[in-house]
Amino acid sequence: MNVDLALRLLFQMQRIRRVEEEIALRYPQNRMRCPTHLSTGQEAVPAAIAEVLRKDDFAVSTHRGHAHYLAKGGNLPALIAEIYGKASGCSRGKGGSMHLIDLSVGFMGTSAIVGNSIPIGVGLGLSAQLRGSDQISCVFLGDGAIEEGVFYESLNFAALRCLPVLFVCENNLYSVYSPLAVRQPSQRSIAGMAAAIGVAAATCDGNDALACYDQLREAVAHIRRGNGPRFLEFATYRWREHCGPAFDNDLGYRAEAEFLAWQAREPLARLESRLLAADGSAAPRIAQNLAAIEREVLAAFAYAEDAAFPAPEAAFQGVYCE
Amino acid sequence: MTALNFAAAINQALHVAMEMDPTVICYGLGVTDPKAVFGTTANLEARFGKARVFDMPTAENAMTGVAIGASLGGIRPVMVHQRLDFFLLAMDQLVNAAAKWHYMFGSQCSVPITIRLILGRGWGQGPTHSQNLQAWFAHIPGLKVVMPSTPEDAKGLLLASIFDPNPVVFLEHRWLHNAVGDVPDGDLRTPIGPLRLARRGGDITIVAMSYLTVEALHAIRYLETRGIDCELLDLRTVNPIDWPGIYASVEKTGKLLVLDTGYGTGSVAGEIIARVAMERMPSLRCAPVRLAMPDVPEPTSFALTQGFHVRAGDIAATVLQMLGCELADVAEKLPEPIPHDVPGSWFTGPF
Repeated sequence: MNVDLALRLLFQMQRIRRVEEEIALRYPQNRMRCPTHLSTGQEAVPAAIAEVLRKDDFAVSTHRGHAHYLAKGGNLPALIAEIYGKASGCSRGKGGSMHLIDLSVGFMGTSAIVGNSIPIGVGLGLSAQLRGSDQISCVFLGDGAIEEGVFYESLNFAALRCLPVLFVCENNLYSVYSPLAVRQPSQRSIAGMAAAIGVAAATCDGNDALACYDQLREAVAHIRRGNGPRFLEFATYRWREHCGPAFDNDLGYRAEAEFLAWQAREPLARLESRLLAADGSAAPRIAQNLAAIEREVLAAFAYAEDAAFPAPEAAFQGVYCE
Repeated sequence: MTALNFAAAINQALHVAMEMDPTVICYGLGVTDPKAVFGTTANLEARFGKARVFDMPTAENAMTGVAIGASLGGIRPVMVHQRLDFFLLAMDQLVNAAAKWHYMFGSQCSVPITIRLILGRGWGQGPTHSQNLQAWFAHIPGLKVVMPSTPEDAKGLLLASIFDPNPVVFLEHRWLHNAVGDVPDGDLRTPIGPLRLARRGGDITIVAMSYLTVEALHAIRYLETRGIDCELLDLRTVNPIDWPGIYASVEKTGKLLVLDTGYGTGSVAGEIIARVAMERMPSLRCAPVRLAMPDVPEPTSFALTQGFHVRAGDIAATVLQMLGCELADVAEKLPEPIPHDVPGSWFTGPF
């Protein structure tokens, strides 16, 4: 095992987890006043993305985008300030949790409309191809987006023009409260469908950070060599409610046993135990990382809570680019 | 200055833009086919290459998103659809992404895309090949919406649209494609916003857009013989609307007739009348009037479209009524042309 790599992946996952859980903890204070979708339980894929993409690569994401923003290197205090609706938020308070951007690291935006950012990511890939750049464009999407027509249209064009696009599908089995079983035929695979459209595709355990890393690294190298788009489907699971801070298994839309089975395969503990088995001396480094994350996250929340709201007139500014 | 028809003026604007700026690309269904979207995209592929000029999958929504993404990556895409109606599949990308990306992300990036949509009419275009939905687009903050009526404005406004940092919906009427006019050579920018004073007059303000500017001119020529002096404002853009230009004219004439190529209810014309009534009521000497399409899908049959569209005769008769004049010979002097469903003998369909 590459201990340094495993430590970095674990650090990324622990950081994402800590941010999401602090949001969940403070959300009931009613100071974060926007729809907020947490990625707790789904940290492995973004952590691996953080290792395989370059800063100048592009990424676009969805309503559940905090983890992707952080994985791409997005500014943490600006993320929290945005959720608090502050002027120093990453979108100046105009977007909230569902509309995140950090142009300095190629994170080009997230959309609250299912499937909406898929063709935009493909267009960013087209721009890289037209400029003769070796940048790639990473499109995060969920299993619900597969059901949108724009998914087929976008993959078709990416395949047609051999575009440098990495499709990262996190299949967490639910679209809000609707399970996959009522939305897609059980015998059909999402990756298989992407392959049928003409985009080379594979599946992966999305709760195994090292496996995610291996698959993504290979896919990125393939795309960067000019071989066209790749599609990866990651099996993973959302712990908390679709939107908001709570656990909601009491609603009965999914079985407690299913939840517990996924929790038993949760990505942080899995990697940490493998890491410690491979190198017992990693324990103090893990502890150091956790302490650093704790300081960073609490500082980001303190910053966001203290930051100024935008002036009222800002609501009427910026409709058009001058 | 060269005499060009409207379609050739658009073609020239595309050549000028692509020559000036290597980041301009052009795509849409039929862009590289032998008909070249009514000639508007002729010779672009041969001159600028397959990477920058290409036909596309029949995927209006995703290809709009591709334009948005490409623009975020430094490209200036110009898309075209042979009918506005086809583009309705792309309203999600236009409204939820293109119109929002600048505002929603705190003015940090913009979406410089141009979407050309062709407005159909006549020759049985029917319910889904003839819709003039400019009001839908004008309703969305963040979009600019352009509706030229002359070849010069087609060129100048298209170049302005392409180099505008915002998403622009460029609406071109199929019945204008063969209209000829003098067009300045080279780079020409017509500002997006100001209306064009098409005719100065003192008795009544007629606000028109796109093809209805032509019908209005026919009406005005007749009304001149009746001693009526109309002012004609060619709106040119329906978002933004040139309010000072409209108000100044209404203050002078005290009478307002607005012509709209779209359905009447919820129309741009309705917005103009509402705003004038709210802002310039004391100037109005009679109730403002609008002439627009009936709130009915356009039927297909030759028989059913007789008298269906707003024509010069309708405009002239309305002006006469507003001024309290006899209709007299307006019906004989401005009959609906025969056949009524083509802009001229040059138009023989199929679309």
